[in-house]
Amino acid sequence: MGNNQEQCCAVPTIRMETKKLSVNYGANFGVKDVDLKMCTNQVTALIGPSGCGKTTFLRALNRMHDLNPAIKITGTALLDGENIYDTGTDPVVVRRKIGMVFQKPTPFPTKSIYDNVVAGLRLVGIRKKAVLDEAAERALSGAALWEEVKDRLKAPGGSLSGGQQQRLSIARALAIEPEVLLMDEPTSSLDPNSTTRVEELIQQLKNTVSIVIVTHNMQQAQRVSDYTAFFYVGEMVECAPTSELFKTPKHERTKEYLGGCFS
Amino acid sequence: MTAIHNAKLPAYCRAPGDKVFKGLVIAFSSGIILLAVSMAVILWLEALPTFRKFGFLHFIQSTTWDPVRAVHGAFPFIIGTLITSFGALLLAVVPALGLAVFTVEYAPKPLALIINYTVDLLASIPSVVIGLWAVFTFAPWMREVFYLPIYDYAAANLPWLLPIIGAPSNYNLVTATVILALMIVPYTVALARDAIRLVPADQREAAWALGATRVEVIFMAVLPYARTGITAGILLSLARALGETMAVAMLIGNANRLPFTLFGPAATMPSLIINEFREAVEPLHYTSIMGIGFLLFLLTICINLLAAWIQQRLMGKQGRIQ
Amino acid sequence: MILKLRYARDSVFRIMIALMTILVVLPLFIIILYVLINGGSAIRPDFFLRDLGSPIRAMTGQPSGLIHSILGTIIIDLCALFIAVPFGLSAGILMSEYPDNPLAPPAKLLTSTLNGMPAVLMGLLAYALIVKNSGGFSAIAGSMALAFVMIPIIARAAESSLRITPWSLRENGLALGLPRWIVITQIVIPAARPGLITGILIAFARGAGEAAPLLLTSFGNNYLSFNMSKPMDTLPQRLYSLAISPYKQWHVMGWGGAILLLFFVIIVFYVGRKMTAGMEARAEQKIH
Repeated sequence: MGNNQEQCCAVPTIRMETKKLSVNYGANFGVKDVDLKMCTNQVTALIGPSGCGKTTFLRALNRMHDLNPAIKITGTALLDGENIYDTGTDPVVVRRKIGMVFQKPTPFPTKSIYDNVVAGLRLVGIRKKAVLDEAAERALSGAALWEEVKDRLKAPGGSLSGGQQQRLSIARALAIEPEVLLMDEPTSSLDPNSTTRVEELIQQLKNTVSIVIVTHNMQQAQRVSDYTAFFYVGEMVECAPTSELFKTPKHERTKEYLGGCFS
Repeated sequence: MTAIHNAKLPAYCRAPGDKVFKGLVIAFSSGIILLAVSMAVILWLEALPTFRKFGFLHFIQSTTWDPVRAVHGAFPFIIGTLITSFGALLLAVVPALGLAVFTVEYAPKPLALIINYTVDLLASIPSVVIGLWAVFTFAPWMREVFYLPIYDYAAANLPWLLPIIGAPSNYNLVTATVILALMIVPYTVALARDAIRLVPADQREAAWALGATRVEVIFMAVLPYARTGITAGILLSLARALGETMAVAMLIGNANRLPFTLFGPAATMPSLIINEFREAVEPLHYTSIMGIGFLLFLLTICINLLAAWIQQRLMGKQGRIQ
Repeated sequence: MILKLRYARDSVFRIMIALMTILVVLPLFIIILYVLINGGSAIRPDFFLRDLGSPIRAMTGQPSGLIHSILGTIIIDLCALFIAVPFGLSAGILMSEYPDNPLAPPAKLLTSTLNGMPAVLMGLLAYALIVKNSGGFSAIAGSMALAFVMIPIIARAAESSLRITPWSLRENGLALGLPRWIVITQIVIPAARPGLITGILIAFARGAGEAAPLLLTSFGNNYLSFNMSKPMDTLPQRLYSLAISPYKQWHVMGWGGAILLLFFVIIVFYVGRKMTAGMEARAEQKIH
């Protein structure tokens, strides 16, 4: 398993890296001893059958498991060389640097589109209208939503279509200018058109943020990502540049999964 | 095939059961409709002599209630009801919400269970029992610990405050309001608690993922989402406060005249009914009390309509969530 | 750094809501405590054997009690329940099983309106309908007034208990060829039974605690009476009269009566909880 890691990130800058990261619920392992490098301005896709631990791993990257006292995390996860699980490190600060977009679009329904986007900025005390306006436009443009909503920023967040809501969620995550963006199956609840738009978006976004995306759709992984890591039963089996993994997988399991033996 | 055809019940056998049952259900159901309608109609009819004598609008605005001189006006009691009810609401909302948030977001399960049981039990205690305790234990204590010191201080240093505060008597507007607040807290808590529980996990997670602290998650994602349920709780509490009779009657005295002072006696519409109905010998006195009852009925209906309207507005503003 | 401020704000908030919780929860225990302390001395055998009589009895130290109030409460409340259940249950059945009937929407609206109505208004209504026309205060008027209070509560509880029974019950019954009324009475209602019983219990407990409507209808009676057409005493109404009376002995008896009422309320509360817990457990099983 060791030598696969070298191929996983060819670009010199490593943004995030995990070393023997394990997540367990009591006696069960959700994720075991994962070593993974994720590069700057690249899209890393995590694929694998249901229950393989890819989402569990993703959520460990921004300390979302902190919310569940039954979950224990061991190993290290480094952002730009610093362990986010250090005892002195504040998870709140970690989550500002590592943003997340979820499977279901979750705009705050009682807030307007504008208020949704700047919600994260307001948290840190940014109040100046000019600053917020500018950040909102930047984030919405970055999420390819600006043109569609610029005239109705005061409309409630829930009044958008599903695809638009997901782009709003992305804009909201982008507004605080994170260094890494984690995406947990972001298009699985969207219609094909919206899916395409979001996939195009991801290609543009990687120039500003490093992206780690969990997807159960192998074709999506091929379309969208630069590197792909295959998870199986809580362990990372193989990681390689995407075209390499899909064309010439090195592990039996990977071959079986890609061949559709299980899903 | 023939067996099934022959097994059909004759038409006259099946129809009666359903028809009879449905008829019975409809007949008895009209009871509740009749109840509501007759309340409006009968209260109005019983109060009619008073409305005829003083004029409906004048009756509402008149501040004189003097059974001896046969002059009746409802205004003091309307004011008393509004002051005590809204005062109680103001006192009760924040603690009630705080408790709801505490039990759902912070307290460990066993503690939350105990707290919820206690609050629900508090709601079940008969108003007379609370009134009894308040009259003999709480009111004298409040007087000792708060009213007398405040009054003495005001008398010495802020004499302009005295007309508003009034001399602390055994019957006390503030005590009644505080007890009323205690009695309506469980209603806000129950509905707010349910509303907060219903907030989906992904709303909270979205807030956490933006780098919010625990309290920020509550104010950013949980409370706004739950606002319809919370508002329902608040309005339900207001409706209960308006109609709360026994404890208020026992604490507030029966001051028929405005202005009310904070530490002195006052009156509300329900307290007036209880305090004077049994002694109302004069027909005009009786019909005027009925008039107060009719106004109380109208006020309750108005609050219900207001509640429905606010719910509509809140739901409308949210849009759909995919 | 501003983050420190945010965390400080978090701590302050947490302390404040913990304090608020104590502020709300404490009074219940205080009330129960004071009722027990002050009323303990009133609970003697006489309390359950004698009626009140005139104040002279209390002032001269002759034994008196509240048996007339206790029995009166039981009589009037059971009569009220007897009257209220058919009307409330029918309204619940109408709203749940026949929602297309033109009476169902007004029934829904009025049920929720009536549920928020002050009970004292029900007393005024019963007075105008019965006491005025029958020449005097009476126990039956009191029962009617309490029935007016109970009907909306039962209607709402019945409607929601019936509504949450699975639709498949009705489908299966009808598919078997059973007439609708059999499906409702033999299948749906038994399935909703725990919720219905809890609702009726709650309505009964609410009614049993009401004093205002009874003060205006059954008025009260210092002596034991079983005559439904004459005034009859009930515990909550008696508590009020005792509390506002000038006699110390009567105050103590009031506290004693409060113990009884509290006891009754806590039991009903406990039984109600047990039933809903049973319902939830059964519902969970059904899902699995």
